[in-house]
Amino acid sequence: MLKISVLIVGLAIIGFIFWWFFGKHAVATETAVATQTGQSVDVEVNGGYSPEKIVLKQGVPATLTFTRKDASSCLDRVVFSDFGINQELPKDQPQTIQIDTSHAGQYEWACGMDMFHGSLVIK
Amino acid sequence: MSINKRFWISLVLSLPMLVGMILMPFGRTIPGGAWTQLGLTTIIMLVAARPFWQSAWASFKKHHANMDTLVAIGTLTAYVYSIYAMLTAQPVFFESAAFVTTFVLLGQVFEERMRNNASNAVEKLVDLQAKEAEVLRDGHFVRVPLAEVVAGDTVRVKPGQKIPVDGVILEGTSTVDESMVTGESMPVTKHVDDAVIGSTMNSNGTFLFRANKVGDDTMLAQIVELVKKAQNSHAPIQKLTDKVSDIFVPVVLSLSILTFLVWYVFLGASVANALVFAVAVVVIACPCALGLATPTALMVGTGRGAKMGILIKNGEVLEAVNDVRTVVFDKTGTITVGQPQVTDIVGDRSRVLQVAASLEGGSEHPLASAILDQAQTDQVVPQTVDQFQAVEGQGVTATVKHQSAFVGNHKLASQAEVTPALAQQAAQLQREAKTVVYVGVADQVIGLIAIQDAPKPTSREAIAALKARGLKTVMLTGDNQRVAEAVAQDVGIDRVIADVLPSDKADHVAALQADGKVAFVGDGINDAPALTTADVGIAMGSGTDIAIDAGGIVLVKNDLRDVDRALALSRKTFNRIKLNLFWAFIYNVLGIPVAAGVFFTLGVTLSPELAGLAMAFSSLSVVTSSVLLNRAKIQSHVSVA
Repeated sequence: MLKISVLIVGLAIIGFIFWWFFGKHAVATETAVATQTGQSVDVEVNGGYSPEKIVLKQGVPATLTFTRKDASSCLDRVVFSDFGINQELPKDQPQTIQIDTSHAGQYEWACGMDMFHGSLVIK
Repeated sequence: MSINKRFWISLVLSLPMLVGMILMPFGRTIPGGAWTQLGLTTIIMLVAARPFWQSAWASFKKHHANMDTLVAIGTLTAYVYSIYAMLTAQPVFFESAAFVTTFVLLGQVFEERMRNNASNAVEKLVDLQAKEAEVLRDGHFVRVPLAEVVAGDTVRVKPGQKIPVDGVILEGTSTVDESMVTGESMPVTKHVDDAVIGSTMNSNGTFLFRANKVGDDTMLAQIVELVKKAQNSHAPIQKLTDKVSDIFVPVVLSLSILTFLVWYVFLGASVANALVFAVAVVVIACPCALGLATPTALMVGTGRGAKMGILIKNGEVLEAVNDVRTVVFDKTGTITVGQPQVTDIVGDRSRVLQVAASLEGGSEHPLASAILDQAQTDQVVPQTVDQFQAVEGQGVTATVKHQSAFVGNHKLASQAEVTPALAQQAAQLQREAKTVVYVGVADQVIGLIAIQDAPKPTSREAIAALKARGLKTVMLTGDNQRVAEAVAQDVGIDRVIADVLPSDKADHVAALQADGKVAFVGDGINDAPALTTADVGIAMGSGTDIAIDAGGIVLVKNDLRDVDRALALSRKTFNRIKLNLFWAFIYNVLGIPVAAGVFFTLGVTLSPELAGLAMAFSSLSVVTSSVLLNRAKIQSHVSVA
């Protein structure tokens, strides 16, 4: 009887894992407020990126400020492969990254190990 | 707290437990038994392992999971179960939690060092820059910081100093060591009007030059930019790991729960044994090795290429190079020097050259400049001429020292006397696709000068190397068939496509793609479409900016032999990526079943500690293998590297 209960609980946890990680969940998105001089977005790095999706206006100089709050070495670099940016993120020190917004499109960024991803939309 | 500190704390506190484990078979235990273990492990958990939990929890809330999730769950399970076991007087395994933490941190400490090692190629390039420059300001040379040099400045460089920015020599000569930028090991002699490259080393002379490219426009700055982009680019093969990494951790967690259920519910193992297997599964699975496999190899490979003067722009190029079957070359400027040059002089060399140079002194014709260049090289001094006359479409006539003389083609020479021997030689030179110029004095042809856009001395060797690799070589040119074939035969090219209009080059490349992937090597503006169309575009560094932009690989040294080296390096790097991915997958594909106890009946099992060690080793071995790419021998068929 005990074993049956353990089995059911175990399978339930597996079910939960699949639902939690693979189910459809809303992604935190932020649209930068563009002024004449530029646009900027703060990104907190803690177990991933928040926001995970950033929308920028084309043609306005953009600054993204990444602050890593997570001790994991997985997240200690942020890589924008389309822009040739590979920025080290020392813990708790905000790092600014200039983004060239002259070309519209969807770009990806990732952590140094390519485990965590974020996306950047320029339009 | 830094990873380093966390590792040392964890190591020191784990050591007593290690001693205890070794002493166990001899019937001795560490003082305090399970209580000591509990104390030590608790400190490790709180100090060294806590960041894993924090990171795992933060990502869990965002519906993500990473390697920290695995480490956190693995160690926490072992730790919490051991407390329960201690209270119910069953065997504990605190040391698993402690050792796994130590090993994982050890792996991270090394990995961090190696990763920094892999990425320092760009920093080394940037360090090459001079810090100051001696610039002419208000009639005096003053030392100013590099950032204050502007285009148009006159800059003085003394022996042993670095050339600060790109420019053209105004005054003086010197030899310059350009190896740091072009990879060319021989020093290059520079005269007035020669271009100099910023950050290269001046050796023996003092000269003045006009700066024409400063700041981000210098060749070095552009190389740095290209290398940066290449190092962080994605190789298509990586898409596989991107997909895997998304589902990896949740799948492993599920597998681990399944492992526990199978052992406990179906095979009747004790809770403790079933948990050991489950924890081992969680701990051995390391997605990091998969994630690191491609970027680290790409970083080292492109960095090494930059040192050799071969700029590989991105990972896609690397991957495409692997399947290249045909290499197509542009002729002018790529296989050949790009300018007509005197190749043969028949007759009394200095006399023939002197007469020719004297007559051509005032001519603007491209063939004339080839003759004048040769005269300068041979140190032949032209004489003054009178009654100079250009004969449309034939050549020039004049009088030298009161004797009539002429330089021109066979039409002009037809009125003069040609010995049969000379006529025969002229015919022979023409068969070699050379332009023959007749030189005559007093109605007698005294000699011949053959002019050709000659192949570069290295072209033959470069093409032989590619053929040794089993590649088909093709030459694409706008020149006529006869000239093209003569050059092709000279350098050993398999196939010639001549009379190609500049706009049709890309179409010919596309047609060749029917037989497999094609690499195109070119330098001109007219080559840009072909460079883009080809699977791998290889631009000569001396080429136009447009060609360099269009190419996927840039050969800074302009040495055609680098085509073979570039192919060799790309293949090596790509093979290393595949090797890394293979190891990373093997670890998981073999490691997970072993850890789950699938081979239990064969007596092969993996404790959580060993699983932790294996995991640390897997990322470490991948990064090490990438860094070793720096030392790997690049197998080139070209004799000297």
